[in-house]
Amino acid sequence: MIETKQYTAGEELVNLFTANREMYNEGCPVFMNGAREAALEKFYKAGIPSKSNEDYKYTDLRPVFQNDFEVVPRYVEQSVDLHEIFKCDVPQLNSHIILLINGWYYGRNRRVGEFPEGVICSSLQHAANEHPEIVEKHYNKYAAASADPMVNLNTAMAKDGLFFYVPDNVTIEAPVQVINIMYSKENTLALQRNLFVLGKNSEARIVFCDHTLNENYYILNNLSECHIEPDSRFGFFSVQNQHNGAVNITSFFANVEKNALLDTNTVTLNGGVVRNNIKVQLVGEHAHANVNGLTLADEKQHVDNFISIDHAVPNCTSSQLFKNILDDHSKGVFSGQIHVFRDAQKTEAFQQNNNVLLSETAEMFTKPRLIIDADDVRCSHGATVGRIDEDALFYLRARGIGEKEARLMIMFAFADQVLSQIAVPVLRERLEDLVERRLRGELGPCQHCTLNNKK
Amino acid sequence: MLTIKNLHATIDGKEILKGINLEVKPGEIHAIMGPNGSGKSTLANVLAGHESFEVSEGEVTFLGENLLEQAAEDRARNGIFLSFQYPIEIPGVSMVNFMKTAVNEHRKHNGLEPLKASQFLRLMEEKKKIVEISSQLTNRSVNEGFSGGEKKRNEIFQMAMLEPKLAILDETDSGLDIDALRIVANGVNTLKTPENATIVVTHYQRLLEYIVPDYVHVLYNGRIVKSAGKELAYELEAKGYDWIKEEAAE
Repeated sequence: MIETKQYTAGEELVNLFTANREMYNEGCPVFMNGAREAALEKFYKAGIPSKSNEDYKYTDLRPVFQNDFEVVPRYVEQSVDLHEIFKCDVPQLNSHIILLINGWYYGRNRRVGEFPEGVICSSLQHAANEHPEIVEKHYNKYAAASADPMVNLNTAMAKDGLFFYVPDNVTIEAPVQVINIMYSKENTLALQRNLFVLGKNSEARIVFCDHTLNENYYILNNLSECHIEPDSRFGFFSVQNQHNGAVNITSFFANVEKNALLDTNTVTLNGGVVRNNIKVQLVGEHAHANVNGLTLADEKQHVDNFISIDHAVPNCTSSQLFKNILDDHSKGVFSGQIHVFRDAQKTEAFQQNNNVLLSETAEMFTKPRLIIDADDVRCSHGATVGRIDEDALFYLRARGIGEKEARLMIMFAFADQVLSQIAVPVLRERLEDLVERRLRGELGPCQHCTLNNKK
Repeated sequence: MLTIKNLHATIDGKEILKGINLEVKPGEIHAIMGPNGSGKSTLANVLAGHESFEVSEGEVTFLGENLLEQAAEDRARNGIFLSFQYPIEIPGVSMVNFMKTAVNEHRKHNGLEPLKASQFLRLMEEKKKIVEISSQLTNRSVNEGFSGGEKKRNEIFQMAMLEPKLAILDETDSGLDIDALRIVANGVNTLKTPENATIVVTHYQRLLEYIVPDYVHVLYNGRIVKSAGKELAYELEAKGYDWIKEEAAE
């Protein structure tokens, strides 16, 4: 293909920042603003990721940055009550519900239920000023080393997001549901920055639900850093259901200490271009990470899951399971790295990527990347790309089950091997319900939102 | 019940069935025997509606209707049951969900309300006894991790659940030890009524000691070359298939 377009969006963003530096720094403490300059420099040099960036080989982001986007460096109070116009499709979790809008912690969040004493759940910017002793210790500690331009863009320009802190020995039973809403009169580039800190022997789960509330083009660049202290258990579940004109770039960095457990599941139901970067560092012995994901894509949707797990010390275990069901002209990408450091003996790391293509035109790119620098380890990886098993289909039909229903049963069973890993029954059941509706074609991109968007 | 006239079927352009004629009436048990590669399994699959096979000539009527026009699921709902030679493993689809969906599709077809969960479970308990299948198996995914014998028992269990009018048992005896064979055969005999019929497709006479056929047909090279009573099975057991081949060649 001949390159005819000039891709200057990266430069424009740098200029936007330098021309409005004061506004970007406004309200944020020095440690946040100090990190901006180095990140901006790295972003400027790399530019918007294109196919020449090996890590973005199948996901060229330059075209999606071609639209004109508004970037809002200040929180804008909404004229409508988001609680009124938005009802998420993953409710009844009996959970705490937190709304964020265009990357900003919503100013009129209602406190739903009480957290145990010492728990902080607030705007990141607010926490950075009020609790610098916690935030500074972890802010940009896990993302800073990244060469990913989208990560660096986030560090350079993001000002707010969710801060969540659980003190030592505290368990929060109900999942905390965080609803990330894109809602604006203009095409919007939003930058959201989150930080989760789990104290020793604590336990919590966060569910992110990404939504678009109206038809504008959106780019959400949403970065989370997560620090899990020894003997803690943290679950991070991401449910992505944005419309086909939306670009969702998420980055999740986890630092997992001794004997701690991280459980993540990324479920992409809808979205235009979705890129999920997940980087897990197992830094204490006997840490364990489950990193799972499920993508259901059709039309021209594009979903890229880019995973990297570092086994930095001995005796850690990790498991990756990613599945894609791709229809129409959709495209799926999976790239999963396992890096076993020198002397990280007795590592057990597994990776599996299974894909079903429902059409002739759907495409899947899958790439395992194993770097193993220790000798006493157990690592495995496997990838499959196939179609619906015709023998299984005939078997079900031969028992009187109609073809459409039989196909659904097989697809759902395929998908459910990912969802069944979710240890929280109420969340698993809600996701199973959403996935089934998506497979039946009953769940459009944010179809539920249109109901609430009449104004 | 079932009338097959001059049935020809091909797969990938190769003709496997070359003019089958067969008449099955309610209450009858027919055995179809024959050497490997004679087309026995093809016949079973064509009757069940497997789409890999193309019917190039002939007709099949089942209960007065053109069977060949019906999709596999409609044939099943109308009362045809194929016990698979190689039952398929379907990870993630639970036996309970599978059978519940299948039973309720049959009920819907017959104008009946779907079974309630409790009714369904009771039905399952009752039918499990027929083939002595354990809850350990029915609580799993369809055929996943089942032994060869367990898979075959599971086929007859499904047959018991669906109560077909015409059961086609495709090499149901293969891979079974003598005890499992007896259990499976017992299951089939228990389900036998004067209204339903059975076609037993088998290579060996062994199964026919337990499921006694009214007619034995020898399939060779895509055609039924000999039909007789059950004594034909003993003759085949004693003399092998060579004399049939020679007769057919003449």
